Amino acid sequence: MAHLTKGADGLRSVPALLARNAAQYGRSPAYREKEYGIWQSWTWAETAAEVEALALGLLNLGVNEGDFIAIIGRNRPYLYWSMVAAQSVGAIPVPLYQDSVAEEMEYVLSHCGARFVIAGDQEQVDKVIEVQEHLHQFEHMIYLDPRGLRKYDHRRLHQFSHVQEQGRAARDEFTGELNRRRDKLNYDSICVMLYTSGTTGKPKGVVLSNRNIIETARASSEFDHLKPDDEVLAYLPMAWVGDFIFSIGQAYWSGFCVNCPESPETMMTDLREIAPSYYFAPPRVFETQLTQIMIRMEDSGTFKKKTFDHFMAHAGKVGPDLLDGREVGFYDRLKYRLGEFLIYGPLKNALGFSNVRVGYTAGEAIGPEIFDFYRSLGINLKQLYGQTEASVFITQQPDGEVRSDTVGVPSPGVEIRIAEGGEVFYRSPGVFVEYYKNPESTADTKDQEGWVATGDAGFIEEASGHLRIIDRAKDVGAMADGAMFAPKYVENKLKFYPNILEAVVFGAGRDRCCAFINIDLAAVGNWAERNNIAYASYQELAGHKQVLDAIQAHIEETNESIAQDDMLSGCQVHRFLVLHKELDADDGELTRTRKVRRKIIGEKFADLVAALYDGSNSVYTETEVTYEDGRKGKIKATLEIRDAKVVPVTPKAMAAE
Amino acid sequence: MKDTAGYITEDGRQIGGTLMEMRNITLRFGGVVAIQDISFDIREGEVRAIIGPNGAGKSSMLNVISGFYTPSEGEVWYQGKKRPPMKPYQVARQGVARTFQNIALFEGMTVLDNVMTGRLTHMKAGIASQALWWGRASREEVENREKVERVIDFLEIQNIRKTPVGRLPYGLKKRVELARALAAEPSLLLLDEPMAGMNVEEKEDMSRFILDVNDEFGTTICLIEHDMGVVMDLSDRVVVMDYGKKIGDGTPDEVRGNEDVIAAYLGVPHD
Repeated sequence: MAHLTKGADGLRSVPALLARNAAQYGRSPAYREKEYGIWQSWTWAETAAEVEALALGLLNLGVNEGDFIAIIGRNRPYLYWSMVAAQSVGAIPVPLYQDSVAEEMEYVLSHCGARFVIAGDQEQVDKVIEVQEHLHQFEHMIYLDPRGLRKYDHRRLHQFSHVQEQGRAARDEFTGELNRRRDKLNYDSICVMLYTSGTTGKPKGVVLSNRNIIETARASSEFDHLKPDDEVLAYLPMAWVGDFIFSIGQAYWSGFCVNCPESPETMMTDLREIAPSYYFAPPRVFETQLTQIMIRMEDSGTFKKKTFDHFMAHAGKVGPDLLDGREVGFYDRLKYRLGEFLIYGPLKNALGFSNVRVGYTAGEAIGPEIFDFYRSLGINLKQLYGQTEASVFITQQPDGEVRSDTVGVPSPGVEIRIAEGGEVFYRSPGVFVEYYKNPESTADTKDQEGWVATGDAGFIEEASGHLRIIDRAKDVGAMADGAMFAPKYVENKLKFYPNILEAVVFGAGRDRCCAFINIDLAAVGNWAERNNIAYASYQELAGHKQVLDAIQAHIEETNESIAQDDMLSGCQVHRFLVLHKELDADDGELTRTRKVRRKIIGEKFADLVAALYDGSNSVYTETEVTYEDGRKGKIKATLEIRDAKVVPVTPKAMAAE
Repeated sequence: MKDTAGYITEDGRQIGGTLMEMRNITLRFGGVVAIQDISFDIREGEVRAIIGPNGAGKSSMLNVISGFYTPSEGEVWYQGKKRPPMKPYQVARQGVARTFQNIALFEGMTVLDNVMTGRLTHMKAGIASQALWWGRASREEVENREKVERVIDFLEIQNIRKTPVGRLPYGLKKRVELARALAAEPSLLLLDEPMAGMNVEEKEDMSRFILDVNDEFGTTICLIEHDMGVVMDLSDRVVVMDYGKKIGDGTPDEVRGNEDVIAAYLGVPHD
């Protein structure tokens, strides 16, 4: 493959980067996966051989240049190789969310007209078979795990390892063709197509070129000084742009190792064993971990609990300063060292964060307490702001300038502009090529000069030059009296309480705000256990009087804090109810990346919204739910609606406005 | 019943010759006749169910197969040979593994260790070697661990590998029991009410695992179960017992249509 290695200029595609890595870092690990209880690993040289065998096998199956190959499954080295093998033969990989239901898959598969599907296991194969009649262009499916698939009709179904074997056998016939196709790849060829999760409407296929991915990977790797000996854990959905940039873009650019967990359930154990040096997680993961720590500390003995509280208080005081390299007194340093030995070190070890050099959180706002907790332990957790359309990076926080309320400065090579309405626009080498088969949306989002609308409202802080995001531009509205309404702002404040998993605030065009609350079963369940509160189901716990009391207290606290914000003091929550079911992506209430679909929730629970505003104290409702196997059922409940105390907006604040 | 030609199931699987044959088995406890003159066979690769109302003698029959009880009269033929009276561990060495109706795991040990005990019949190192952890013992451990890990992977219990069994919920314990039985790489797997006390979802999972075991490893399975839906879906052939007697034997459809069976057990068929 030496013909591909033409120095930095020749590195214009992911397969070219793979060839360079195989030559340069041939013997260092590229992939690890825990299987049969042991971490199996593949070096860059082995990876290149595996990818080549698969690419030859794909040629053998008749993959043409420009074909779409859908890839569905959990994070496994084989599926990452599939993406690179697809690129090598001039096809376009389209990773799909593995937890999508069959209809969602049908839409995406028929929209891109995938001729080939590479699926992880029987579950995914079954879903594709279920919808294949409607897919006119679909021809062949390749599967990884043969379990349960022995009896299936294999005319159009092939085992992954067999495809590779056939590829190796046909090496002589196809190597010339493979080299020809690989050599043709350049910065303008399509690297990947990723479907947006679709907060509103149908998902859109975002076409990203090699230029987008490689330029972004280069800039961001340099920004955080990523090296070949870094380790990441690949556990986020493969269909998500972040995973593509981290586990393919940056991994291939920097040559670091991608580790795949044994199964989704063993993620935390695997994280601890690998102890990644570069880590990415959405805020939800950090929240869950913190909640679990706190639950376990509540259950521990008095001495341990007191020691923990004492040193955590100290860490909260000096930890962030130490991390940012600011002056800290000698005594405080010494005490922090002791804490490191007694508490922080073991805690980081238990969390799998011992070696984290750079950690990122993005996708949603993170609670300041949560953010500070991790930073005070000495974990360099930072925020970034990004989008699929930007190949992730729009802004990120440089080391030493980390705050929980901003999302950082523009990433290298990115220009930012705030439009008149407050919407954030950006332009960068990472800006997507187009939405596939959707020129109208492309034109709506990206203008002639390459500026892209983010759909988010925000402003640049003058003092620091950091960007602050307020809310989705579409969601920011006005209440009946004209006051600004930013639901996400309020919801995020509420979600920072461990007891609250999800919140949906209504109020656009109304005279006051009301909210739906979802309790966090782990946190509230543990609390109930400690207080001897018996409950038989989620629904019963959610309707428990003491739970409602606790939630009410949280809301009233939040109201007080909102009241201090001159612009948004009108967004205080006047009435609320605790939902009888968890909001779920299977019911269409959340996106697959777990973002709230405000409009759909408003329509689906219209009766509850009405009850919030008509002053009634309780409401009876029936809700249709979809079980994991696709069957539907109904939940019936009578929900209590409560009033929350609001802080009257002082005339002074009004005058100031 | 002497033929070894086998048959082909509805879903197209080839079932082999006779693996085990019970000939005129009678089992008495003092004056109580638990099993009365029952004959049936289990063929290689099939899923064979034994059903019947409470106290019909199903578990006794399974205990006869596993060697826990020695029949008062009759013969057990296994792999073409008449089986002399044997201890259960000797039967286990011949490739018969089982799970229990009331879970019988080591509660204080981890899942991994419990499943490893399933490999005991395959371990040959002596006490000295085991104690010193030297030579054969450590080599064997590695080999056995690999087999066990494949079973753990197969039954998707990686996440509880190191969890003590006592902390697991019931449904998972059942799965660990199955894992231990599978680790023995049995040619005949006996399942005593594998779905008892499970909710619908757990039952579905367990059914899938049983079918997958049969499909992937070609293991012959003999199971006792109360849930009729499960039995009829899973098994290739069904033996029906009532008061220690065999009152039916055949495919699920044949058994469903058998009037004795309906009267004794299934009750009046719906619509």
